Amino acid sequence: MERESGTRAERVRPVSRYFRMLFSGVPLLGWLAAILVAVTLERLAGAPLALALGLQKIPVLFGFVIMLKKPALIPGAVLYVLLIYAVPVAVTTRLTLSPANRIAAWLFRFPVAVSASVHLALLYTSLHLWADVSDYRSLVLKLTLIAVMVTLSLNVINGYMGEFSCSHPGFMAIGAYFASVFTVGLFVNDQFFGAVFLPQAWGPFLFPVALILGGFLASFGALAVAIPSFRTRGDYLAIISLAFLFIVKSLIENLEFVRGPRGLSGQPDWATLPTVFLWTVLCVWSINNFVRSTIGKALNAVRDNEMAAGAMTVDTRRTKIVAFLFAAFWAGVAGGLFAHVLRYVNPSTFGIQKLAEVLAMVYFGGLNSVYGSIVGAVSINLLGEALRPLEIFKWIIIPLLLILVMIYRPTGLIAFKDLDVTSLLQPKRKPEGEE
Amino acid sequence: MTTPFLQVRNMSHDFGGLRAVRDYNLEAGSGQIRGLIGPNGAGKTTIFNLITGIYQPTEGEVLLDGKKINGLPPHRIASLGVSRTFQNLLLWRHMTVIEHVKLARYSKIRYGLFAAFFGTPGHHREEAEIEEKAGLLLDMMGIRHLADQVVINLPYGAQRRVEMARALATEPRILLLDEPTAGMNPEELAQIMEIIRRVHGELGLSILLIEHRMRVVMELCSIIQTLDFGAVIAEGTPEEIQNNPRVIDAYLGKESAT
Repeated sequence: MERESGTRAERVRPVSRYFRMLFSGVPLLGWLAAILVAVTLERLAGAPLALALGLQKIPVLFGFVIMLKKPALIPGAVLYVLLIYAVPVAVTTRLTLSPANRIAAWLFRFPVAVSASVHLALLYTSLHLWADVSDYRSLVLKLTLIAVMVTLSLNVINGYMGEFSCSHPGFMAIGAYFASVFTVGLFVNDQFFGAVFLPQAWGPFLFPVALILGGFLASFGALAVAIPSFRTRGDYLAIISLAFLFIVKSLIENLEFVRGPRGLSGQPDWATLPTVFLWTVLCVWSINNFVRSTIGKALNAVRDNEMAAGAMTVDTRRTKIVAFLFAAFWAGVAGGLFAHVLRYVNPSTFGIQKLAEVLAMVYFGGLNSVYGSIVGAVSINLLGEALRPLEIFKWIIIPLLLILVMIYRPTGLIAFKDLDVTSLLQPKRKPEGEE
Repeated sequence: MTTPFLQVRNMSHDFGGLRAVRDYNLEAGSGQIRGLIGPNGAGKTTIFNLITGIYQPTEGEVLLDGKKINGLPPHRIASLGVSRTFQNLLLWRHMTVIEHVKLARYSKIRYGLFAAFFGTPGHHREEAEIEEKAGLLLDMMGIRHLADQVVINLPYGAQRRVEMARALATEPRILLLDEPTAGMNPEELAQIMEIIRRVHGELGLSILLIEHRMRVVMELCSIIQTLDFGAVIAEGTPEEIQNNPRVIDAYLGKESAT
């Protein structure tokens, strides 16, 4: 979308300036509608078009996998992406420019919540149609949404609060195992946990309870890290949280009732796309509310100068502990969803590698920014999937990219930017033909 | 006579083996501007840090409204009505001007965490209220037009005013200003003096002022304490201080006995 910073506007070439001018008046509603059109088009004409272009089936991830596997098919894949996604989106946004603006303006006559739900409904419909094409897409999408939750919650600590926490996979593990034990124990015939305890029909209603309780348990674990490490600033949190991660991992490995290192499987299939999407929206929304409130801004003050924060009546210790527990809560919920998406968890999933992945997403996307976390989580996740055919070289390309970002944008791609829902959804009233 | 808001009794503080503050006494908070002067290293800022709870006094006590406050954390003391600015401008570099002033109302916030997470109507109402009050303070400091600027981009004089607005937003009963005119040019100096006078006049605040520029101290303060090596060597009106031989000695050095 057209959120590029204006700092480099002078240097852009005339062509891209022309393009920017063409699309600068498109409101978010227009983009979402256009994406919906493109995705619908893929549903209707995707398969025949793919065949006609010499591809065996619809390219799952924008043709990246095909291109890397069989370079001969590159033209076909590129053409497919152009015909199905790029051209329809461009055409639709231009054609619906004024109606989209008018509808967006009309929606603002109601409370913001109405406008926001319309946008979310459009977004969800597009995602649903896109993911419906293959199971692989839907799995990637769910994992990406969960990654957004984890990244954003870690950004609260590492970005907004400016501490360095390493225990996020540990919180995820707590949430994942708690939710799994809850659902497997109550709703599944299992040799360890015994027969079904509650009727299946209750399941989907009690699933949120399992997730929330898992989140609370993760928060409780976080308290064990927070109390000793927030007495002072410095590296204490990094060290204690890293220790916590290892403690959680080896604790689970040695707990026989969750089958130790063999992992726990058989979770019911309740983490459907709408469920994961809803939880992600809830997570982004509540974290965004928090960091934009005056209480949440106290985090930034504590990060930038703790002494001044104290002198300005901010209870710094409470601020830090609350934010840490809040972040841990969402990591726990994300962990619970993660376990039910894969329907299998084992302790080695939540190790150092997971930590590196999450940290990479936070620092790649941008500190202190909700946009940044979304961009970071989505791009690193999709990149990881798209570059899968490169096998081992994937782990050279992604770190190289990270290094480049760190050199040219030390705080990440989109750092220190507030997500203001109202201005995001606003119509872009600009008379046509003018800049 | 009522007890003054802020009382300090026989306060001493040691840094290791060095006694930085020795038997310091103060009664302030009945609406005056009091000055605290002394050569570099005399212990002036240390006294501020002791009163605001950043350091704990080794001996003696600090009282607010007759109640002992040493031992309380800085944010508690601040919310009891002691606000301050810092000698070397401790602003929050990533935050905007209005966010600085809003955040200083932290202890006055009534909404809970739940409201902050879910953006309840009560939360929005109160945030609007905070924003309005912050706007009034920015008006008073003449920096309303800079409200959405990130502080790090502002000129020095404006940063000083942000710090002052932030200190006032905590609704203090006594304001501790630590060298508010340091590094200012004559024009900015005149403006900040005007602001200090207005704050004192309009809000009826008591002010405790550390300052190196004699002109500022002499013009603003009604009572001045002079400090040297952690101990008060003179206390009195500006005229008395100006003519006190011990003060002159402390600043210019003793003539060697010949």
